[in-house]
Amino acid sequence: MKKKEISPIIYHLIIIVIGFIMIYPLLWMVAGSFKTLDTALDPSLIPNQLNLDNYIQGWQGFGDLTFATFFKNSIIISTISTIGQIFLSALAAYGFTRLEFPGKKMLFGVMIATLLLPRTILRIPQYIMFNEIGWIDSFKPIILPRFFPRPFFVFMIVQFLRGISKELDRAAMVDGCTRYGVFFRVLLPTLKPALITSAIFSFYWAWNDFMTPLLYIQSTELYPVSLALQLFSDPNSVTNWGAMFAMGTLSILPVFLIFLFFQRYIVEGVATSGLKQ
Amino acid sequence: MDKNLIAKNKTLKDKFLNNEKLAGYMFISPWLFGFLAFMIAPMLLTLYYSFTAYNIVGSPVFIGLQNFAEIFEDPKFYTALKVTFTYVFFSVPLRLSFALVLAVIFNQAQKLTDFYRAVYYIPSILGGSVAVSVLWRQMFGYHGAVNTILMSVNLLERPVSWIHTPDTALWTLILMAVWQFGSPMIIFLAGLRQIPKSLYESASIDGANWGQKFFQITIPLLTPVIFFNLIMQIIRLFMAFTRVFIITQGGPIDRTLVYVLYLFRKAFRHTELGYASALAWILLVIMAVITFIIFRSSKYWVFYQSEEGE
Repeated sequence: MKKKEISPIIYHLIIIVIGFIMIYPLLWMVAGSFKTLDTALDPSLIPNQLNLDNYIQGWQGFGDLTFATFFKNSIIISTISTIGQIFLSALAAYGFTRLEFPGKKMLFGVMIATLLLPRTILRIPQYIMFNEIGWIDSFKPIILPRFFPRPFFVFMIVQFLRGISKELDRAAMVDGCTRYGVFFRVLLPTLKPALITSAIFSFYWAWNDFMTPLLYIQSTELYPVSLALQLFSDPNSVTNWGAMFAMGTLSILPVFLIFLFFQRYIVEGVATSGLKQ
Repeated sequence: MDKNLIAKNKTLKDKFLNNEKLAGYMFISPWLFGFLAFMIAPMLLTLYYSFTAYNIVGSPVFIGLQNFAEIFEDPKFYTALKVTFTYVFFSVPLRLSFALVLAVIFNQAQKLTDFYRAVYYIPSILGGSVAVSVLWRQMFGYHGAVNTILMSVNLLERPVSWIHTPDTALWTLILMAVWQFGSPMIIFLAGLRQIPKSLYESASIDGANWGQKFFQITIPLLTPVIFFNLIMQIIRLFMAFTRVFIITQGGPIDRTLVYVLYLFRKAFRHTELGYASALAWILLVIMAVITFIIFRSSKYWVFYQSEEGE
């Protein structure tokens, strides 16, 4: 076997070199966030100074709004959407896996079909709808469609529930639990891994979302980080690359930290989405 | 009397709580509401608006098929299609190839594999952010690191603004798409781990070399996963918006005007909502046709193991 002839040292060397090229752009941004103005775009990964000047300057934001406002907005949007999303998706998943009711098969089929539906085509009428209700320039049109169950999450939790024995439900029902009790007291705690995975993805997508706030938010004080960063880095007006890289680095820090601590859940979630069809 | 009423109430409550059908509808009702309000209603509305002229200030005016007729005469529509197809056509196979090759490498039990896998996955997990798009724009800009590096190794004579040069702009976007091969890689890796080791062992006994094993065992058994990744990545890349909006804004001279960006401009910059709705429905039909073709073709190349338990 050819594989065995490759020595481990060469294997590791190749992987490390390619891996370095892979994350070079990100390291470059982080390094740039510390560099002085004239060197910020140099390829070097070693900053010529090590202080937080760029971060302090960047944090000032624009107008009289600091990045504290933008981070606060992003946290509000992502947290509320995520709580609704995972709780309501879990409810739906329970209904679809454990309960019998007329039309269930058909509805489940419809839900699965919409897994593949590109959401972009819903943008225009959603915009018109929210405009009619007068919700433009508020968080509502951003949060609401993310608050209600998306097929991706329902399906992920359905897959997880299918792996949990129904004996658990039966035992609880014999003990006098209603179906609502079974869900809240018995299944919800066992669903924890699936809920964590769903929460991570839901948070991550809401955090990174750019198009929705771009459509709906006009007042700068309601900008989430993604939108603020885009304005902050406008190539026609920006000259302070260091500060821009500093805020860029800060903006991906939450996602990076979540990845660092919950890597296992993310990897399993992605793997599951592709396998258990 | 009072007691009876309480008892009756109690049984009513019990009946309510123990009704399985009712419980079923209760549990799925949030999904059903979201589905009807944020999916079905908008879809039907887009269809309706696609037959109207509408600029959000007035009310929609029915104009029949005029939007569609105009779209098929619209050179920008064809530009957008060409750009998007080129982008998808190069990005998807390259992204999937990298994903597959690295999944095979990481499937070898070696030390530090989990760490390496995480490093290779990081660009994908952070890739949807505005920060990474901004970073890409600066890296491939006139003053960016790419020029400095290429010039220092004499591959380039003078700096080029990759994102502003018509012939290279789209390629910087394709390169970014390929760079983010993490999700399909993880899915391939999970697929590879399900292939029984015994198959490779018996192939070794029969004297099969590495290439034979790869093409006669790995690839065929992985076809369901390849199929899944192919569909998901085509859809995902077809919808590219944020990165194009930030890195090239569709330029130079529309060389990176992807479909969704064109749709966005028509809808929200020119407020031609009827026209844009027609564009949206055409996009939906295109996606449906592509998905349908891939599904239909799958019976010729996707190999399902009959003993699969799941």
